[in-house]
Amino acid sequence: MSSNPLKTRLAGLELKNPTALASGILGYSTESLQRIAKAGAAAVVTKSVGLTPRMGYPNPTVVQANCGIINAMGLPNPGIAEYTSEISFTKTVINVPLIVSVYGYSAEEYATVAKTATEAGADAVELNVSCPHVKETGSEIGQNPKLLTQLIRQVKAATSKAVIVKLSPNVTDIVEIAQAASDAGADALTAVNTVRAMAIDAETALPVLSNKRGGLSGPAMKPIALRAVYDISEKVKTPIIGCGGITTWKDAVEFLLAGASAVQIGTAIASRDPAVFKAINRGLTAYLKKKKHRSIKEIVGQAHRN
Amino acid sequence: MSDKLTATNTLRTTRIESVKTENSTTKTYTFTDKQCAKAKPGQFLMLWIPKIDEIPLSIMNTQGNIVSVTVKNVGDATRHLHQKKPGDTIGVRGPFGNHFTQNNGRVLLVAGGTGTAPILFLAKQLAVKANRLSFIMGAKTRSELLFLNQFDPLCTEPTVAATEDGTYGVKCLATQPLEKLLAQEGKKKFDMVYACGPEGMIREVFTLTEKFGVQMEASLERLMRCGIGICGSCMIGKYRVCKDGPVFNSKRLREVTDELGISKLGFDGNRIPV
Repeated sequence: MSSNPLKTRLAGLELKNPTALASGILGYSTESLQRIAKAGAAAVVTKSVGLTPRMGYPNPTVVQANCGIINAMGLPNPGIAEYTSEISFTKTVINVPLIVSVYGYSAEEYATVAKTATEAGADAVELNVSCPHVKETGSEIGQNPKLLTQLIRQVKAATSKAVIVKLSPNVTDIVEIAQAASDAGADALTAVNTVRAMAIDAETALPVLSNKRGGLSGPAMKPIALRAVYDISEKVKTPIIGCGGITTWKDAVEFLLAGASAVQIGTAIASRDPAVFKAINRGLTAYLKKKKHRSIKEIVGQAHRN
Repeated sequence: MSDKLTATNTLRTTRIESVKTENSTTKTYTFTDKQCAKAKPGQFLMLWIPKIDEIPLSIMNTQGNIVSVTVKNVGDATRHLHQKKPGDTIGVRGPFGNHFTQNNGRVLLVAGGTGTAPILFLAKQLAVKANRLSFIMGAKTRSELLFLNQFDPLCTEPTVAATEDGTYGVKCLATQPLEKLLAQEGKKKFDMVYACGPEGMIREVFTLTEKFGVQMEASLERLMRCGIGICGSCMIGKYRVCKDGPVFNSKRLREVTDELGISKLGFDGNRIPV
């Protein structure tokens, strides 16, 4: 068999396997994105970039929970004007799709950043409408189907490249939001961003994170994200990228079975290093062989059919 | 998530047991922490100053369950830390990162400023192992030569000290006696150079070890947030200083010469001068 069974296609992007780097992890610099691509990721998503630079929050910005990590980085980023050269340079050295994560304080800002990023060479943008720890950006839009619809339309009008929407799990009905994003023209949906969370230190009786509230990622997220993917894929036709606590190849398989066409990996890099991509892809290949599938596409949504 | 990472990264609160003033700008703090007490020289911890900040600090010593860190007052967080007294509560995560390899042959240590702290920790472990242990230290002025008298009993040769103002030792940068020593003895005489200090100094040490064909390892510093290799704040080249480092060997230093002693990422991810 000559063709690569892990190969897939999503939102017009050719992916050599279904694993991508999740936004917020490592992805500032060309060198780090290049390293992740070399480690086996089929696509890389940058940290979220906005119109103007942001310093992020003071430390502590990360705190360990029993089964995951809570972070409130505060969207540190150099601003899109400064970041365009990094985007262009990254495109010259990596051979996988480069997806720029975009945030803004208004639909206009999102559209401007998305336009600038794709003109600089980004293959797609992922709209961060689900950051749980920065006010007036992110989840306020991601929790409101009307605002989200307007935003996606405006961004779609500003760029011809694929527009991926990263959904917040911090909503009553994620399927309703996903449907709105799909109807507005989203090319793919990433499900899901972190769940709002916090940590309090018993000894000092203080919230640990400087921002007090943050977002939970890692293994604790997996069953939550898996349910979200399963429910969305039952009703919504737009392709889904599963994200949340994926650490092993089995986790990745479960997300594909639930209806995701691809997965993003982030927090697992803390415990398994960038080598996690190769390990998961090896496991996926072995799983396909064992189950006698010729392509990864055959298992997408299989849990709905069985 | 591996249990080991979870255990290491879990925030523990502990009380400061002692505070020792090293000089007008630098203090050494001790506290009990079982996990950080297992650290090897070169590793670091994240120290939480409640309500203020959380900062990376090199581990200066461990003894039983007691851990020491040496802190220079250089900014807001360290200024608040310098006001802490025995009995005050702090938080600790770690130990994180890799460590010096502990070559037991002919070893040369080079330290500048608070970079002397992890080098002292290393010297204490190498004292019983290394065939030869030499030490060169540098600072702006005499009062900034940290742990000046603690190296002589550990090393096989007397400490060589350099101050920029000439108030102690030779009046020059630490790299000047280093060049002299390497030129005199060449690669045959040293199996390894271990360095920690200002990055400009490390760059110079690296240039010299390359010139004379001697292997080296240096402990680097960057702005850090997560400490566990995921946030990307501390990148140098393709390496995460918190997880792939903080100790870089000659091979890796060669890969990051564009940035070593020149630029780092700022809080907003922009490149700024070191």
